[in-house]
Amino acid sequence: MVDSTDHSDDVVAVPLRHPARWIFGGVAALLLLSFIYAVASAKSIQYELVGKFLFDHRIIEGMGVTLFVTVVCMSFGTILATLLAIMKLSQNPIQRWLATGFIEFFRGTPLLLQIVFWGYLGIIFPQLVLGVPYTDIVFLSGDTSDLIPALVAGIIALSLNEAAYSAEIVRAGILAVDGGQVEAAKSLGMSSSYTMRKIVLPQAMRVIIPPMGNEFIGMLKNTSLLQLIAVAELYTAASTISSANLAQIELLIVSGFWYLVMTTVLGFPQRALEKRYGRGFESVGGRAAPRAFKVGRR
Amino acid sequence: MAELMVDARSVRKSYGANQVLNGISLTVEQGEVLCIIGPSGSGKSTFLRCLNHLESINGGRIYVNDELMGYRQVGKVLHELKPKDIARQRQSIGMVFQRFNLFPHMTALQNVIEAPIGVAGVSAEDAKTLGLELLAQVDLADKADHYPAQLSGGQQQRVAIARALAMKPKLMLFDEPTSALDPELVGDVLDVMKNLAKAGMTMIVVTHEMGFAREVADKVVFIDKGLIVEQGTPKQVLDNPQESRTKAFLNKVL
Ligand SMILES: Nc1ncnc2c1ncn2[C@@H]1O[C@H](COP(=O)(O)OP(=O)(O)OP(=O)(O)O)[C@@H](O)[C@H]1O
Ligand SMILES: [Mg+2]
Repeated sequence: MVDSTDHSDDVVAVPLRHPARWIFGGVAALLLLSFIYAVASAKSIQYELVGKFLFDHRIIEGMGVTLFVTVVCMSFGTILATLLAIMKLSQNPIQRWLATGFIEFFRGTPLLLQIVFWGYLGIIFPQLVLGVPYTDIVFLSGDTSDLIPALVAGIIALSLNEAAYSAEIVRAGILAVDGGQVEAAKSLGMSSSYTMRKIVLPQAMRVIIPPMGNEFIGMLKNTSLLQLIAVAELYTAASTISSANLAQIELLIVSGFWYLVMTTVLGFPQRALEKRYGRGFESVGGRAAPRAFKVGRR
Repeated sequence: MAELMVDARSVRKSYGANQVLNGISLTVEQGEVLCIIGPSGSGKSTFLRCLNHLESINGGRIYVNDELMGYRQVGKVLHELKPKDIARQRQSIGMVFQRFNLFPHMTALQNVIEAPIGVAGVSAEDAKTLGLELLAQVDLADKADHYPAQLSGGQQQRVAIARALAMKPKLMLFDEPTSALDPELVGDVLDVMKNLAKAGMTMIVVTHEMGFAREVADKVVFIDKGLIVEQGTPKQVLDNPQESRTKAFLNKVL
């Protein structure tokens, strides 16, 4: 047999070739192009209307409401979620049951239903009275619809629902922190709340932030459900306009465009936060720091 | 006679049906170094963790610096203290762990000064001065701004020692401080501990480093199955053991 191998040291190494990647890429690009062509050439879509309403003041104001509701609900939701997570991990069984019950209830019913419930609270309980039952002590009373306008109802609904979902994310983050950390903190005389704030939560953040980014984006889009209770957010604004001028598709494109812009922009602060809470966890000098996954190019 | 720093009286501890400590009594005088040796699972770590009440006990009493650890005695019953009071008691007891347990999100200096600032109420400036001093003492002055992941195991353990010292403890507990280290890094950590002992620190060290025990310990205790089998000077216990179980154990580790 003839040995065709060149035994000289003058050889060149080439990386593995990936012809399949190019074929897939080509097919995908082709499909995408034909889709864009179909949409762009559709006679029924009036693009000048899209341009006209893209910066309409109602749309821009609606976007403001959407962002406001998103940020407020995520803040309330995250704070409540942290409390729920800590309660669920507590030694105290009553706290555990309360937290579990809350989480199960709000995760187990459709968000849409919860929003409608809070929005129509005024119909179920026309009068709202805050006081001590069976006494004459009353702190606050009035018409429900005055005390809880649609915007507040929407914020309550989205915050409570968010809290139930993120509680599990926060709990997973806390559980991911090594038990030795708490022992070290205790041995230095730190109280359990100090340990939670300064030692456990900052480390849990690393695990919490990526799924919370998802939650943020989900929240941004879920605010559109508030259209059902007439909160003037982006989707409500778009559908109000379209019900007058009947340009449904055009206004869907307008609101879709802005949702996409907002969710894309939200990715930047997320990456900044990931970097901040990743400090001390980078691997150095070949010794892998503890982390679940390595992301990046191969 | 010197004052007693630790006075443990028939300490008992069980996990469910598993009786881990079967009545351990020992004393440590101020400035003394006690080494605890014994086979795996004999209860050495558990005993150490009972001393600063990381574990509750089921019977017996532990006095550290004349204070009953973790409990208040009413009649014949020991009532566990509130977390706040236990936290206060722990401030005067430093602990060093086998796996270092440094806070990975903080630099070496931040690790050292977190408790002085947040728990003892030392000003940030004073804490920083103290922290740098302690890091210099463990020969890591130049690593103050490094994160734990950027330090070798030996360096991490020395930061952990500095962190425990920053609370100005009266007693230091070490749970196999060198057994997670590469052999060539063990010496640096032992040197720091030797210096600490020379400076008069009261120390209880669970260790498999017989050389260290022989050189530094005032007293060696051999524990097996949650009971003290033999205790005495390093010479008595390590070089001239009386009990067959001690002899068998030493034969295995030496
Ligand atoms: N949290 C716990 N829950 C249940 N059992 C435990 C717990 N901690 C320790 N034990 C048991 O207590 C016994 C003593 O453990 P301990 O860690 O004190 O041994 P050790 O002497 O330190 O051993 P090693 O030399 O391996 O560190 C073991 O049987 C162990 O399984
Ligand atoms: Mg142990």
